[in-house]
Amino acid sequence: MLHALALWLFCFGLWLLLSGYFDVPLLLGFGVLSCALVVFVAWRTEVIDPEERPLRLRFNLHIFSYWPWLLWQIVLSNLDVAKRILDPRLPISPTLITLRPTQRSDLGRVIYANSITLTPGTVTTALSGDTLEVHALTREAADSLLEGDMDRRVTRLEGGN
Amino acid sequence: MAVLIDLLSWLILLGGVAFALIGSVGLLRMPDFYTRLHAAGITDTLGAGLILLGLMLQAGWTLISVKLLLILIFLWFTGPIATHALSRAALLDPDNPPPILHEEAPPSKS
Amino acid sequence: MFAATALGILACMILAMARAVLGPTVYNRILAVNSFGTLTVLLIAVLGFMTGRPDFLDIALVYAFINFIGTIAVLKFIRYGDMGWPRNEPDEPQSDL
Repeated sequence: MLHALALWLFCFGLWLLLSGYFDVPLLLGFGVLSCALVVFVAWRTEVIDPEERPLRLRFNLHIFSYWPWLLWQIVLSNLDVAKRILDPRLPISPTLITLRPTQRSDLGRVIYANSITLTPGTVTTALSGDTLEVHALTREAADSLLEGDMDRRVTRLEGGN
Repeated sequence: MAVLIDLLSWLILLGGVAFALIGSVGLLRMPDFYTRLHAAGITDTLGAGLILLGLMLQAGWTLISVKLLLILIFLWFTGPIATHALSRAALLDPDNPPPILHEEAPPSKS
Repeated sequence: MFAATALGILACMILAMARAVLGPTVYNRILAVNSFGTLTVLLIAVLGFMTGRPDFLDIALVYAFINFIGTIAVLKFIRYGDMGWPRNEPDEPQSDL
């Protein structure tokens, strides 16, 4: 029930932002109804999972340091890959490596895998059990992943310690 | 001040187009499928990000900027998922050629 | 100036389309089409600003949704031959992805 309410609140917030109608009662009423319809469909198709705890990831302050750090990493690796594409010799050294992430929850691992894929130059090709398979464009990118800086940061984000 | 923001947004837009172009050129230049994934990643992250950021600076503090931010967040959340699904499907397909790897032995530290 | 941005994005779209036509395997083509879709979202957004109609952004947002779902659907179709669950485990939704 709490999940349904949270979903409805989220949908209505999104509806308000996208429509931009704040003071027309008829249209607001339609918005309320359509959000309720979405919640009903989600409940009928059992997308609202009673087992799932949406706030499993404790909101700690690390998230405010993780996102800017990730953004900066994305910019750096973009510049690196762009430089290699424009180089006429095309200096790439594709590598496949296997990582063992230290996150305990599935959500933490998914955040880690998504962060790896979001930075150009490294792509997660398989995520099974407790191993990650990563295809890296260059040896340097693979080495920096094996050092595990990003892994430690995501584990801290998970609220592990 | 308005002129300064205008100038900055044009610069950011041009940078975004430059990154999108580099990504597309990489899509053509890279030797095999798995390395092309990385080139497409440039267009998806910094190309899209800078263009939408430039448009945000043009729009100012309005609901339009919120929509642009929503598009950006959505692109950045789904891009990795689509890339991962593509690479996984390609690796699992026996008909697809395996990735070209660098000659030296890969670092297999676990 | 918006016109210059739109032209640049169009040039990128031509390159992506070239990869889709050249691409030796089906995965190269899907990758190119996915990239093409991202560029289309950007082009729609820029066109909205160019013509002074920011309502285009709603279309761009919906296009981003459809692009993502379309990519996943095509991949699934190629892998399993249909849009349903894999045949060997009919009751078990894929939970490891």
